[in-house]
Amino acid sequence: MDLATLAMLNAERAARRATVLVTDVTSGAQRLVKAADIADDPLAGVLDRQLRMAKSATVEVDGSQVFLTVQAPPPRVVVTGAVHISQAMAPMAKLLDLDLVIIDPRSAFATPERFPDVTLLAEWPDEAIATLGLDAYTAFVALTHDPKIDDPGLEAALRSECFYIGALGSRKTHGRRVERLTAAGFDEAAVARIHAPIGLDIGAVSPAEIALAILGEIVATLRGPRRASA
Amino acid sequence: MKHDLKRIAAAKVRIMISTDTDILATAEAWARAGRSVALATVIETWGSAPRPVGSHLVIDGEGNFQGSVSGGCVEGAVVEEAVDVIADGQGRTLEFGVADETAWKVGLSCGGRIRVYVEKVT
Repeated sequence: MDLATLAMLNAERAARRATVLVTDVTSGAQRLVKAADIADDPLAGVLDRQLRMAKSATVEVDGSQVFLTVQAPPPRVVVTGAVHISQAMAPMAKLLDLDLVIIDPRSAFATPERFPDVTLLAEWPDEAIATLGLDAYTAFVALTHDPKIDDPGLEAALRSECFYIGALGSRKTHGRRVERLTAAGFDEAAVARIHAPIGLDIGAVSPAEIALAILGEIVATLRGPRRASA
Repeated sequence: MKHDLKRIAAAKVRIMISTDTDILATAEAWARAGRSVALATVIETWGSAPRPVGSHLVIDGEGNFQGSVSGGCVEGAVVEEAVDVIADGQGRTLEFGVADETAWKVGLSCGGRIRVYVEKVT
């Protein structure tokens, strides 16, 4: 691979744009196809199929073996609430290769001391999310318990293609949330996208356990179940 | 292909936990720093292979590496081959499996088979 191709691949990845690197493993010939250019590529059909599955693969083209390195954007988790649970999520998300962004307009909560090495935005969620953008590779998690902060984030998430939306709170809290979102014009199907109570049911008690349950649910949504149920 | 077990053992000590996201960035950073670099990629797997297709290992001319193509089983052999790829610039495909005497020795004991493409970053 020449360095220019490698650099372009990394730049596209950093900008959260998908690419497929096409390598003829016999001749070493290589080309990088950006997602936006797939339609014009001779292998458009197969590139599109592999990108949808976010899966690299070897394919046969005219008798030679071609390897497709599929680079889908790294999954991202956007959280409202610079709280104890999101503090626990930070190191776990890093290990899971999930880019974590924490939004909290309360500057007493959103301090770099509490959140080293995390993208931390001390802004209102609607403003922060307008800048960030939420795509199909993003999970949104509301953790503040404060409708003033969580609701604008949830509304933005419901209008987006986020692959996962979750909100912390008891069934009662969620019931009131559903009423507010319904009043704001979201229909039943839209509101049903919200995972609440949030997280896998592992009986989580501590903030770290709740963080684990939430990230477990996000990974399960991203990857899908593999084992057949007994 | 003979494997210098001492060198393989020494290389294993330098394994670091890193994601595939980091590997390509590492490959670029190493190349920009003037190091000779090879990139190994799992291009096909059969059976219970430990690392999925698309997994990367980046190797420099001195045998330093980051990432994994098998979770530790055949990295040593790939690193050895990568040093040759760096020397002659020719990309090549390696295959490891239990039927393969080499892989048996270096231990892809999970019973799977993998093909790995190794190329130089130029």
